[in-house]
Amino acid sequence: MTRSKTASADAAAEAEAQEGEVTSGDLSLLATMLRMRAFEQRIYDAFSENKLRGPTHLGIGQEAIAAGFAAALEPKDSVLSTYRGHDHVIAVGAPLDEVAGEILGRATGLCGGKGGSMHLASAHHGHYGCYAIVGAHLPIACGVAWSAKLRGTDEVTVCFFGDGTTNIGAFHEALNIAAVWKLPILFVCENNLYMEYTRTSEVTAVERPAADRAASYGLEALVVDGNDVTAVLEVARDAVAAARSGNGPLLIEAITYRQGGHSRADPGDYRKEDEVAEWLTKDPITAYRNALEDRGADPGELDDIQAKAGAEVEAAFESAFGAPVPDVLQAHTDVWADGGSAWRN
Amino acid sequence: MTTLAGAPSTDTTEMNIVQAVHDTLRDEMRRDDRVLVLGEDVGARGGVFRATHGFLDEFGSERVLDTPLDECLIAGVAIGLALDDMLPVAEMQFADFIFPAFNQIVSEAARIRYRSNGDFEVPMVIRAPWGGGVHGALYHSQSIEAFFAHVPGLKVVVPSTPYDIKGMLIEAIEDRDPVLFLEHKKTYRLIKGEVPAERYTVPLGRAAVRTEGDDVTVVAYGLMHHFCVEAAGRLHGEGIGVEVIDLRSIYPLDMDTVLTSVRKTGKAMIVHEDTKFLGVGGEVAAQIAEEAFDDLDAPVVRVAGPHIPAMPFSPTLEHRYLPDVDRLEVALRKLAEY
Repeated sequence: MTRSKTASADAAAEAEAQEGEVTSGDLSLLATMLRMRAFEQRIYDAFSENKLRGPTHLGIGQEAIAAGFAAALEPKDSVLSTYRGHDHVIAVGAPLDEVAGEILGRATGLCGGKGGSMHLASAHHGHYGCYAIVGAHLPIACGVAWSAKLRGTDEVTVCFFGDGTTNIGAFHEALNIAAVWKLPILFVCENNLYMEYTRTSEVTAVERPAADRAASYGLEALVVDGNDVTAVLEVARDAVAAARSGNGPLLIEAITYRQGGHSRADPGDYRKEDEVAEWLTKDPITAYRNALEDRGADPGELDDIQAKAGAEVEAAFESAFGAPVPDVLQAHTDVWADGGSAWRN
Repeated sequence: MTTLAGAPSTDTTEMNIVQAVHDTLRDEMRRDDRVLVLGEDVGARGGVFRATHGFLDEFGSERVLDTPLDECLIAGVAIGLALDDMLPVAEMQFADFIFPAFNQIVSEAARIRYRSNGDFEVPMVIRAPWGGGVHGALYHSQSIEAFFAHVPGLKVVVPSTPYDIKGMLIEAIEDRDPVLFLEHKKTYRLIKGEVPAERYTVPLGRAAVRTEGDDVTVVAYGLMHHFCVEAAGRLHGEGIGVEVIDLRSIYPLDMDTVLTSVRKTGKAMIVHEDTKFLGVGGEVAAQIAEEAFDDLDAPVVRVAGPHIPAMPFSPTLEHRYLPDVDRLEVALRKLAEY
């Protein structure tokens, strides 16, 4: 499969994660997060306008993790993520109109309208799929990483998952084998504190559901503020470099917060108001923008970046809304390698 | 026990089923670096049935992966390898152990091509020894084909001659879809046959007519197809012509061969050791009813596993579960006389 070079990867080459002069890489990182945010808000609006159906899980508030890691990756690397995966797919550079088209069930969607919101994938961008079955992709990610090693490459696999995944067997099985086989893989736990509607802490005895388990499998673990994109990028660069040089695997637990409910239909009112309010003050995009301004960025330029991200998303949705729905016969394609779905010879 | 139609007469070696699995896998690994095996005890031990004996020494630990006792992981890793264009051949030590991997195989492997609109594919093979008659009791005797053949996106094959093992294993490895390659463990050392030295393939989804006859069609696979051939031989002496069809493949299902035979004989019996209820026999019978109702001279008959949770241990109880040649002979004669 071929890979395209992503905007985020370009940014990685230039970005300066340290204090100091604002670089084009910094601005690109902000732009990536703004695109994600505008995208998710546009989906939310589409629901309100009755233009979108089905369960959709938004990543509002969690953008820094996907953006930070994607910025540390190269096009040859591989990413797997979860049903809350729009951000990751956008981060690796999948075209916004195709992502929007998929979520809207259009023929032009990333997966021809077959997958929808929870099952995005793009071989062209090294995205090996969003997985709706919790934990299923962790062993699969180990296979992708073993392939990279077996083929003698320095490709790195990044496997995103949520805190809810840490109590299913596949999580433990994958961590174990990754350590035994010394796989070039990064397990990135996006710990947003809630599995679906229940706090992970209510069903987990340890404080850090991912990181606290890693040591028992012989895996090094780091905990990072998942709402601080500068911190995430720094951790991601070190971790990617380690994995690339054969010093993987590594587990990173990024602490964050899902600003909305579990899915679009969930108002999230089982959470205390002051908890939500406190996390809203830690919004990753606002924080990064403020940091860039403190470092001397021109507020007008940042406004322009935000406006541009909004316009890109609006154009993508306009294109996707105008795109045709799949021909019904497309339901019967790509079951088998011959492209069809025959069940009789 | 059976003659192998189609096997060339020159440059062949007689071998049993497990030897055919071993030699074919070894030759394919020599031929293509992307082929690798993984599973429980496949390395140092060479597999509990010795199907990968000597592989670790020849191919090394990067291509012969001893895994934890963890079928979910084995299947998941195989899927990941296949997504990245490797050609994994995963071994489930016993088919009975496959259920922790059910989610990986059914939810992921079977659907990835479809849900990605053809962007990704999973060209993996999962080998699993299945079937009873080895005193393995409830968790070393099961038939699992119906669970998996129910799932669009999976191919499920059940070769049971050394010739078919070689040709279909090569075909399964080359196939770009996930293939469940079920080897009846009772046949491993029981069934011998000539295997050509040359590389050849047997298509997945083509049944084989093992004996020809005009009176009754019997559709079977695995160990049962060998029993049916033997029962047909007994009835031949009485002037009853039994056409034995070895399905070889549950999905794709070769109904053309079945229907051609049923249209000739007018009578059909399906035999499997898997539970009768919602088993392969029900599907074959339904398709015969849909396509050849007017050609039938008798109700379609199923001889299959009883409705008890699994194969019990005591030899008398195991025998009660598993159809044998005597029971098949009686059932076939009864259908012929209908």
